[in-house]
Amino acid sequence: MTATAADIAKGAAAPPSNVRAKIWLYVPLILASIFYLIPMYVMLATGFKAFDEVSLRTMWNLPSGLSLDNFKAAWEALSPNVWNSFKFVVPASIISAMLGSLNGFVLAKWKFKGANVIFPLILFGMFIPYQAVLIPLVEFIRSINLFGGVWGLMLTHIVYGLPITTLTFRNYYAALPDDLVEASKIDGAGLLGTYRWVLLPLSIPSFVVVLIWQFTAAWNDFLFAVVLTSNEGWPVTVALNNLAGSQIIEWNVQMAASFLAAVPTLIIYIFLGRYFLRGMLAGALKG
Amino acid sequence: MALTEAGDRLTIAPKRRRRVQKDKVLAVALVSPSIIAILVFVYGFIAWSARVSLSTWKGLLPDYTWAGLENYRNLFADPRFHVDIRNTVIFTVVFVGGCLIIGLGLSLLLDQGLKGEAFFRGLFLFPMAISFIVTGVVWRWLMNPAAGDRISGLNLIFDSLGLDFLENSWHATPYWGMAFIAIPAIWQMSGYTMALYLAGLRSIPEEVREAARVDGAGEIQIYRRVILPQLRPVTLTALIILGHISLKVFDLIIAVAGKQYALDVPAIYMWQTTFDGYFFGRGGAIGILLLLSVGLLVIPYLVYTQRQERNS
Repeated sequence: MTATAADIAKGAAAPPSNVRAKIWLYVPLILASIFYLIPMYVMLATGFKAFDEVSLRTMWNLPSGLSLDNFKAAWEALSPNVWNSFKFVVPASIISAMLGSLNGFVLAKWKFKGANVIFPLILFGMFIPYQAVLIPLVEFIRSINLFGGVWGLMLTHIVYGLPITTLTFRNYYAALPDDLVEASKIDGAGLLGTYRWVLLPLSIPSFVVVLIWQFTAAWNDFLFAVVLTSNEGWPVTVALNNLAGSQIIEWNVQMAASFLAAVPTLIIYIFLGRYFLRGMLAGALKG
Repeated sequence: MALTEAGDRLTIAPKRRRRVQKDKVLAVALVSPSIIAILVFVYGFIAWSARVSLSTWKGLLPDYTWAGLENYRNLFADPRFHVDIRNTVIFTVVFVGGCLIIGLGLSLLLDQGLKGEAFFRGLFLFPMAISFIVTGVVWRWLMNPAAGDRISGLNLIFDSLGLDFLENSWHATPYWGMAFIAIPAIWQMSGYTMALYLAGLRSIPEEVREAARVDGAGEIQIYRRVILPQLRPVTLTALIILGHISLKVFDLIIAVAGKQYALDVPAIYMWQTTFDGYFFGRGGAIGILLLLSVGLLVIPYLVYTQRQERNS
């Protein structure tokens, strides 16, 4: 993939021609928009209905007012898990971004013997289906007494986040001219000085990309969470799934809860969407 | 003057050499925690999983009694694993096909220089930010198979629009249920596929189209003869990404339908047999088989792209 987010933002290559001839093109675009918006509509329309207004028969109707009944009930059920998610997602994203930046710096600009072998070895970690490491992972997390809570989950996300963060930073640093590092060396700066004063200040955009990517991946994760945590450590995805599977919680509360669980990543997407796209294309092979 | 300069050089040179030595050690020291972590968590754990898959381990306590390929042989004779493979194939075909068609179609539409392109792009892409669990829970209600008085979700819409022929039992459909699970997955990933294609379209230089136009090609011909062939590498990338997602599909099915035999896939079987049933040997074998199938898909692609990069 040589194309990047910058290419996408460049704008259409087709010649600007008769606007009227192109109006029919909006028909499929609007139909597609409806398809993408349906789940959001149902989540919000149901979420804002009052309890006595909710019925499966009228699930497509707009709410008559803006009641917060459903959201309150959903928040009551989900709030400890939302905090659990924040507790491990934030530090895991920051730590794996920091480590990835250091790795990327050393692998791109301070090559040591074997650096060319080590990079693909790290990358491979990005592609593995986690089912192939799940049993040892659970045994290991248990053996260091981190099973059940969020800290084992944090450690897991840091380690399995390393390949993608290292890749992103290495590619970014490799594109910077070597003269930057050479000049800094001549000025007498060592490895850490060069990193701290030359490369780190240039890395802010990459940090944003990587942090968004890691935050989204860890927040949305279900597989690691469901095998590594017990009740008190459940992050929001596991709690939401259990809530949806239970017979006690009404479907309208499930809808509101789904929306709550999606809010943090949606906010990030709305405000930092450009970076999100860039992170996605960098992480193209991470599923 | 000359003397002191020479003296300076004499004193600086060894210092710098020492610093370079020190920095080399420091460089290795900085990356080694990550490298060790990857060696343990990726390579060590895969080897450990492989060992578990060759053992008779059943029950809560680890048991590494050698079983040879017993677990693998049992899996290939296991009707549930046959269902898993069938479901994975159905899901992959519908999901990958749907994403490629919708993604390519939308990217071509958005490449026409329409007003509001950025808005549509953002709208098609936002499902990527949401977890499969959220998507699954909402689609569980949209694809509610209940009929008659309890009709709801999309069936209710079809009913009130007079589109009764579209009403169906979704993922509760016998044999083909898995095809419907692909709908929410397409909802989530087709915008991403669109972004990949759009990036590909935008990287085709305008001169290429101009040259074709000068040669007298019509717009449709330009797409067929010039643009689409140029997008082949993008299709390959998308195929690999989407294909390896479908091999690992797990949380979406759990959120839409729970654990159902009819909608079982290898990832769910692995989870259930290991952590609910304590058949660790079998769980390990499914994990290794998943790894091999993803490897078959990804490794040739990586070798191919590496070679491409070296050639360019």
